Amino acid sequence: MNELWIWEAVGVMALANLLTRIAPFLFFSRRRPPRAVIFVEENFPPIILTILIFYTLSSVDFGSAPYGLKELGGIAVTMLLHRLFDNYLISIFGGTATYMAMVQLF
Amino acid sequence: MKYRRELSAAFKASIPVMMGYSVLGFAFGLLMTSQGYPWILPVAMSTLIYAGALQFLALGFFQAKTGLGQIFVASIFVNIRQAFYGLSLLKKFKKAGSLRPYLIFALTDETYALMTTMREDPRLKRRWYLFFLAALNQGYWVGGTLAGALFGRMVRFDTRGLDFSLTALFVVLAMEQYKQRRDALPFLIGAAASLIAMTLVSRDRMLITAIALALLGMFALREKLEKRGKGHE
Repeated sequence: MNELWIWEAVGVMALANLLTRIAPFLFFSRRRPPRAVIFVEENFPPIILTILIFYTLSSVDFGSAPYGLKELGGIAVTMLLHRLFDNYLISIFGGTATYMAMVQLF
Repeated sequence: MKYRRELSAAFKASIPVMMGYSVLGFAFGLLMTSQGYPWILPVAMSTLIYAGALQFLALGFFQAKTGLGQIFVASIFVNIRQAFYGLSLLKKFKKAGSLRPYLIFALTDETYALMTTMREDPRLKRRWYLFFLAALNQGYWVGGTLAGALFGRMVRFDTRGLDFSLTALFVVLAMEQYKQRRDALPFLIGAAASLIAMTLVSRDRMLITAIALALLGMFALREKLEKRGKGHE
């Protein structure tokens, strides 16, 4: 693994993240942001989260056994726990533990 | 200590975040060292980046050797919601002086939620109260990361499947989003954009392509989204 590249990537992520936090203070302390910007900020979060779920599953092969059933099972357990307890730590740990058990035992 | 009262008030307010940040930070540190990365890397990330979802996502960037330009654009969109937070804190941070840069840097979801919902004691020096609140929260995050990273180095166990915590995190965050606005349309746009991107391009370009497609899709459906989104404001 190229170590320098990883540190560069960390720097890029730090910079991008800081930009999202600092943007309103830089650009909109005197005037209202344009409507298109507000529209993206308001509507993009659920969209990006959906994309991220797919992204984390993009290396899963749904075409051959076990057809991504372990991943879908892990997601189902996570969702069920979240519906029941509404506590994100329980949901994340329960879902991950279930998935780890399925991957390691079968 | 000069600002003791501010510190103790901030500590009390930060207790709910302590649990979440130290445990998730621990999971992040553990995940990174279990994949063979040096312990200093996750600790440096929690110090310099300090954004939960993005840090977990970084693991995918590292594995796929995603280009720096793509990482930059993807990171912006992953955290675009944060660009909203500052708008409601412009006034509050105005008098923070030399502490203001750190307050802006450390503005995570949870810190923002605390700063905008907690009632403040008017006798306290506000800028120090806000600073301690932000710094304590990051302290939990970095501390949890360090503990997890060291734990992962000392204890060897089968971590296959541990990276599913990332998927689970996003599933939970998506459910929380759905609670706020009971509308399936944004999720459908995200799913469609992802599926198209997955069939069109290779894995290391999937994220950026899906983001671009989703932006096109959301502007095409702008009227619908804006009309339905009204309900939650």
